[in-house]
Amino acid sequence: MSLNRADPARRLWDRLHPVVVVLLLLVVIGVPLLLVVVTSGKTQGEALNPSLSLPTQGWHFFENYRQAFVDGRVVTALLGSAAVVIPSVVLVLVLGAMASWVLARRKSTVLAVVYAVGISGIVIPPAVITLVLLLRQIGLAGTLPGMILVYTGIYLSTAIFFITGFIRTIPNELEEAARVDGAGPVRIFVTIVLPLLRPVMATATVLVCLYIWNDVFFAFFVIGGRVDTLPLNLFQVASAGVYLNNWNLIFAYVVLMSLPLLAVFVIAQRRVISGITGGAVK
Amino acid sequence: MKDVITRTAPTPPVSDGVPGETPRRAGAAAGRRAGSRSKPAQPIAFLVPAILVMVVFFIVPSVYNLVYAFTDWSSFKSSINPVGLRNFANIFNNGTLLGDLKVNVIYAVLVAIFQNVFGLALALLLEADTKLNRFARTMFFIPVLLSALAVGYIFQALLKPTGTLNTFLSWMTGADVDYAWLNDTTWTLLWLTVIHAWKWMGLAMLIYLAGLKTISADVLEACRLDGASRWQTFRHVKLPFLAPALTFNVATALLGSMNSFDIVQATTGGGPGQTTEILNIFIYRTFGQGLFAQATTMSLVLVIVISLMAFPTIILLRRRERAL
Repeated sequence: MSLNRADPARRLWDRLHPVVVVLLLLVVIGVPLLLVVVTSGKTQGEALNPSLSLPTQGWHFFENYRQAFVDGRVVTALLGSAAVVIPSVVLVLVLGAMASWVLARRKSTVLAVVYAVGISGIVIPPAVITLVLLLRQIGLAGTLPGMILVYTGIYLSTAIFFITGFIRTIPNELEEAARVDGAGPVRIFVTIVLPLLRPVMATATVLVCLYIWNDVFFAFFVIGGRVDTLPLNLFQVASAGVYLNNWNLIFAYVVLMSLPLLAVFVIAQRRVISGITGGAVK
Repeated sequence: MKDVITRTAPTPPVSDGVPGETPRRAGAAAGRRAGSRSKPAQPIAFLVPAILVMVVFFIVPSVYNLVYAFTDWSSFKSSINPVGLRNFANIFNNGTLLGDLKVNVIYAVLVAIFQNVFGLALALLLEADTKLNRFARTMFFIPVLLSALAVGYIFQALLKPTGTLNTFLSWMTGADVDYAWLNDTTWTLLWLTVIHAWKWMGLAMLIYLAGLKTISADVLEACRLDGASRWQTFRHVKLPFLAPALTFNVATALLGSMNSFDIVQATTGGGPGQTTEILNIFIYRTFGQGLFAQATTMSLVLVIVISLMAFPTIILLRRRERAL
């Protein structure tokens, strides 16, 4: 501890470090976020050319947010987003954990192939156009269940990859002991395996929620125009020309749609961060 | 309860960055052998629901894709007839295939570079566990939570010819800067990749930070005592420990951005003059025009290209996983 070398360059850097961090933060994160908030409080005329300058015609937060709320159908969109995200995540986690348990514990060539195909979806995108065709054929096009199953199909790969890797690192003795005591596979899975998976389930939940909550591409093809979700409505109002150059309303909507996820993040910040890092860097 | 979660969450059991720690798995294998006489401990039935969903909603559409790319399927007529390679010939001859493919690969490579450079720089800058650094990490993570579409609109506003960035540059230089960042046939693609990297650098940063945590304080102290420079410490001590994080970050950034859409759609929509048209923009555009076969063809191209890029990546990821 006392071997602190008085290296002048290092001491200068220690002094400068907080300044650099604060400046970087202000420019890289502060400016874009401030632009959004300030612009969302201006009149349409003042917001035509979004800038950081404060409004000269007074703040119009209430009017803008109310209009964005109404035009963007925020309540239905919020409910729609929740109705898509929650079942998708639950299905991904439950089906993913069940499959991963088998894939991690049993060994055979067939299962190795199943695993390889199973995780290939992490990087290989679904064929989105023919996916829509298939949904039409089975009567799920434009429906909530169709969207949920599509997301489940897409993100099961991610879940299987993380959970299988995790199960392989936990010892089998507990499960064996329960088996010897006569517990069936369902009971072992529910009472022993699932509770142990908590950290990796947190990782999968965070990642899958992030992807699905903000997805607009697959949502556009599968439920576009039929079901409201937050990103779909942002896309719609911003590209349909309704809000053409109405930056105040676009940004009011951006703030409204970002709040739920930001709130979750602020509340569960430590678990979100440890969830992400715990799964990614083993 | 809560304590247990937070304590175990950051690092799963075998996670001290020590490769090749396998006795536990050996024990598991022994257990399996002992149990294999009777019914299997993990019935295949547990695998079935996941396989079913993936087959129906992932594999079947991909097989369809292989078929419909060779037809004249469109919204203008009810019959669908095979046309051989005509769709491919069309998009090849009008230059769209190679043009969009080139744009997409450049986009993905630049995103992978920027996202990792930004993420690593932030991780090294915010490595020490001070109050300010913890706050900064949280703030830099906010863009990850924003919708990519929203990020696109934010930067469209920032980068307008009369926007905030140009105002700032004008003030800095004294000259009148009115550069159209998003309307440059040469450089706009580059700016888009910077925006994409801005959105995801917080995630890369977190993963690099987790990698840095696996280096023991003793090792870093030893470096300091030996008089290693900052660069030497980084190059020879930190970087090797960051290898897994680097693999993960590069792979996900590269392959993930091959498949991107939102940011480009919200900023340029593929313009100017298709110079930023990545494959998903083409798919979205032609689907909207009712040209389903063309959209399907490009979708097949995307799947093939990503598979070609993914194959080495998956092998790499699996090898790393096995080493742990």
